[in-house]
Amino acid sequence: MDEERGARLRRLRWHCRRALLELDLMFQRYWRRTGDDVDAATEAALERLVAMEDHDLWDLVSGRRETDDPQLKGMVEKLRQV
Amino acid sequence: MKVTKRTFDAVIVGAGGAGLRAALQLSESGLKTAVITKVFPTRSHTVAAQGGVAASLGNSEEDHWHWHMYDTVKGSDWLGDQDAIEFMCRKANEVVIELEHYGMPFDRTDAGKIYQRPFGGHMSNFGEKPVRRSCAAADRTGHAMLHALYQRNVRANTQFFVEWMALDLIRDAEGEVLGVTALEMETGEIVAFQSKATIFATGGAGRIYYSSTNAFINTGDGLGMAARAGIPLEDMEFWQFHPTGVAGAGVLITEGVRGEGGILRNSAGERFMERYAPNAKDLASRDVVSRAMVTEINEGRGCGPNKDFVLLDITHLDPKVIMQRLPGIREISIQFAGTDPIKEPIPVVPTCHYQMGGIPTNYSGQVVAPRGSSMNVAVPGFYAAGECACASVHGANRLGTNSLLDLLVFGKSAGETAVEDVKKSTKAHKDLPQEAIERTLARINRLDTQKDGADAHESRLAMQRTMQNHCGVFRFADKLKEGVSKILDVQKDVQRVAIKDKSKVFNTARIEALELENLIEVAVATMISAEARKESRGAHVRDDAPDTPENPNGRDDKNWLKHTLWFKEGNRLDYKSVKLTPLTVDTIELKKRAY
Repeated sequence: MDEERGARLRRLRWHCRRALLELDLMFQRYWRRTGDDVDAATEAALERLVAMEDHDLWDLVSGRRETDDPQLKGMVEKLRQV
Repeated sequence: MKVTKRTFDAVIVGAGGAGLRAALQLSESGLKTAVITKVFPTRSHTVAAQGGVAASLGNSEEDHWHWHMYDTVKGSDWLGDQDAIEFMCRKANEVVIELEHYGMPFDRTDAGKIYQRPFGGHMSNFGEKPVRRSCAAADRTGHAMLHALYQRNVRANTQFFVEWMALDLIRDAEGEVLGVTALEMETGEIVAFQSKATIFATGGAGRIYYSSTNAFINTGDGLGMAARAGIPLEDMEFWQFHPTGVAGAGVLITEGVRGEGGILRNSAGERFMERYAPNAKDLASRDVVSRAMVTEINEGRGCGPNKDFVLLDITHLDPKVIMQRLPGIREISIQFAGTDPIKEPIPVVPTCHYQMGGIPTNYSGQVVAPRGSSMNVAVPGFYAAGECACASVHGANRLGTNSLLDLLVFGKSAGETAVEDVKKSTKAHKDLPQEAIERTLARINRLDTQKDGADAHESRLAMQRTMQNHCGVFRFADKLKEGVSKILDVQKDVQRVAIKDKSKVFNTARIEALELENLIEVAVATMISAEARKESRGAHVRDDAPDTPENPNGRDDKNWLKHTLWFKEGNRLDYKSVKLTPLTVDTIELKKRAY
């Protein structure tokens, strides 16, 4: 992986540091599973998720709220994989 | 080596509620103000606060700040300073109404006033009956508060340094604080922030425990920096625990689960609370339930391969009740415990939630430390507020909804004091002592060059397990003694942590290693302070200090009505008196804390 992409993924990982422990744990589990094996589409979906407010994101990830957006829906499903 | 220098009137470290409230005070007074924060301000841990903010507005029924003060002193188990508590309770209405004017969307009564609800420990008429004192914005009070304060700061031209980590206090030979060194994550560059006022609002350090409700960002950075700069940490033995966090994860399972009929069971399937609280059983108070759980685990009746948790059973409830009345619990259990609570019980342990101690301050937000014969001399140029500070209003135990009040009142107060100090100072900024900057560079250099060092993840885990097992919610003399020796061993490992990734841009391994250096200071302070305090008080409960007629609840006012001060140098302890004289009213006299 080139240095630029490596730095971008490290930044993305830092943006997965959240205000709510629940989200920290979900993202931690996700990154442990995938390592740096993240394609461009997944990276884009993750970027959109981490830009959300924490409570809105947790509502989505915990299934309290649904989304019709296929990109977000797919990423949320990956995060929910136990 | 030279580093870039940036100069401000005031620098605030941390952009949660306390940091944003302090920054607002400074920026609106026209001072050039910088806020350094590891994460975007509205992602600070204040977001997680749901309960509300306490203020005796009396919108729903009669209330008075003096009643609130009484509740807070009693809640603190008389370890809170009564001058600071009076100050906070008297200021509550003002800071809440200010926040309302900043656009905070509080819940409303039909008449359009701020709606208030009851909350544990808040009573009317000096402990007579529950009172409606908590002001909330649905279940997103902290989130709404941060947004209101952030927007106001943007308007006031506060300059934010987002994704920067403060590393060390810059203090000169006279002890004056002249700013901080900080790391820009984007570039890896170290910069010196020079300021006439430095305010710490870095939050708590709940991540020292294995089971913690705190988000990963709560690494006690301000406490670590203060300790390294020779500032003591006060009352670090006092941590609030919640009985039911998901084992291994820390995510809270609300008390509502037991309210709906959830039962705690040990490895034999026994409903053990019947033995500890025959009447209230699983609905006994938080401390009683937590102690019972720890006793079961310590006596070998815990569950799982390591016998280190108990079970919260709701399998006997109608699944419809679980889905309707306990929304989210099923999902939390599936996600973080790997069990569906409709079919299997949830593994739970008492979980660290809030840090009562911290950097010692007075009610004006100035950091204070012993000098000569006085125990509370202001450290020039240094202020602190919020969970990282110890004013001390929570003493040995915090009341719910007083944490958001703490950060509003003392964030504002620290800001006001800093404004006065900066405006009356006629001198230019002092030169920064190069040796203070070199200390930061040496820490970074050690991390970059350490060979065959310890693993950061393993060391963090060792610290967290040591704290959980030796200094948890229920404490034992022999375990604490052993814990001191173990945590000092872990500290040695932390001092030789090595990182593989040496890159500059967003090097999260380096950031986490630096955070660990802060956490370990807090862990050592906690263990040593707890081992030394030979009584039970508030959240510090020792097996060898039980309830007796001479010492009700194990509290020993004759010997231990005093604040602990831990100094990093030599792990030295000192003690200072509790301020029992309020500002204008009579002392709230000592008595047994009972509800």
